[in-house]
Amino acid sequence: MKRQIPLMIVVILGSMFVVHTFVPHKISADFFDWFQDWIKAISPFAILLGVISLSMVNGTKIKRKAPNWQYSVVTLIGLAFTAIAGFVWGTQTGTPYMWLFKNVQMPMGATMFSLLAFYIASAAYKAFRARSTEATVLLIAAVIVMLGQVSLGAMISKWIPITSKWILNVPNLAAKRAIMIGVGLGMTATSLKILLGIERTYLGGGK
Amino acid sequence: MFETISNFVAAFLTLCIFSFLYKDNPFYKFAEALLVGVSMGYAIPLLFENVFMPYVYTPIFLDHKFIIIIPALIGSLYIFRFTKNLSWLARYPITFSMGIVGMGIPMSLHSSVLVQMRSAMLPLASINITLIFIGTVTILLYFFFSKAHKGIYGKVTNVGIWFMMIGFGASFGYTVMARISLLIGRIQFLLGDWLGLIK
Repeated sequence: MKRQIPLMIVVILGSMFVVHTFVPHKISADFFDWFQDWIKAISPFAILLGVISLSMVNGTKIKRKAPNWQYSVVTLIGLAFTAIAGFVWGTQTGTPYMWLFKNVQMPMGATMFSLLAFYIASAAYKAFRARSTEATVLLIAAVIVMLGQVSLGAMISKWIPITSKWILNVPNLAAKRAIMIGVGLGMTATSLKILLGIERTYLGGGK
Repeated sequence: MFETISNFVAAFLTLCIFSFLYKDNPFYKFAEALLVGVSMGYAIPLLFENVFMPYVYTPIFLDHKFIIIIPALIGSLYIFRFTKNLSWLARYPITFSMGIVGMGIPMSLHSSVLVQMRSAMLPLASINITLIFIGTVTILLYFFFSKAHKGIYGKVTNVGIWFMMIGFGASFGYTVMARISLLIGRIQFLLGDWLGLIK
């Protein structure tokens, strides 16, 4: 029963929403609005999972003096200090909370993503070394698109920005459209599997 | 003075992250651990203000919609995920969220399949429209695995691979440009805002 009742809730609610899409009667529309209020009330508690999980993982590391446990202390202090700053001084501009966002989180996040510029360059080098025709086509398309976005491309040849635009509007569009259709069919199939009770991994393990 | 200290903190943490380009080191590990903690800490008050207050606290305590106590109680069952004997209770908030999947079937079928197919089925009036049509069909054929990719069929799916490679190349190029743009932003911050070497 610990698995069957949740499964039945998903099947019944899911079927009702399929019907609601095709038969938008007032009763079903009212039920949908009511259900949305419930979902919004349930959703904020999900962050408890993240906070407790992060605290438990790092707390256990500190307790057991695992390798690099000192960094877990940094994580927990960062977590506690930022959250407390938000609750005590508020989240408006000019508060310690926003100072932490502007001078700690945002610079580190942006730098972390900018590091990928270096690793992407090395990935491109490896792809070129693969020396297959397909890899070469990928790299040529990438170089043309990159040059087409900056003024250097137009300085080299007037055809580079034109070709870049053509790549984006024609073969790229065809690839994205076909992949989108595949993704849509995959989403529909997975949703149907959930609705019919075939896909049950969201229930987790155990009895 | 305060701005100088703020810039110094941001610059120090930026350099800590950049130090990973040399190799994994204690400065990078420190910044990485701090980023994880601060990011999670940042989300908590935001979620509290933007979701918990308007959808849980206000309806129950100010609007006196006491029915909202039920979903709030269901939501709080998430914490039982960490217990051994009662972890099954955490399935209830998940199942209520999964119920919305029923809406996903017609929506994904409409937006990702039907609309895309309609856009692909245009009169083949120009070379570009013809190429887009050929590209879409050959890529879809490539993902049809019930038939071996041999002979003429193999050649057709090979055309699909070429279209996909050009598409992936374009995405790759865009991603590189986005990352380089971020890198330029960080370099501008270090040389401009922090060191004042560039205006």
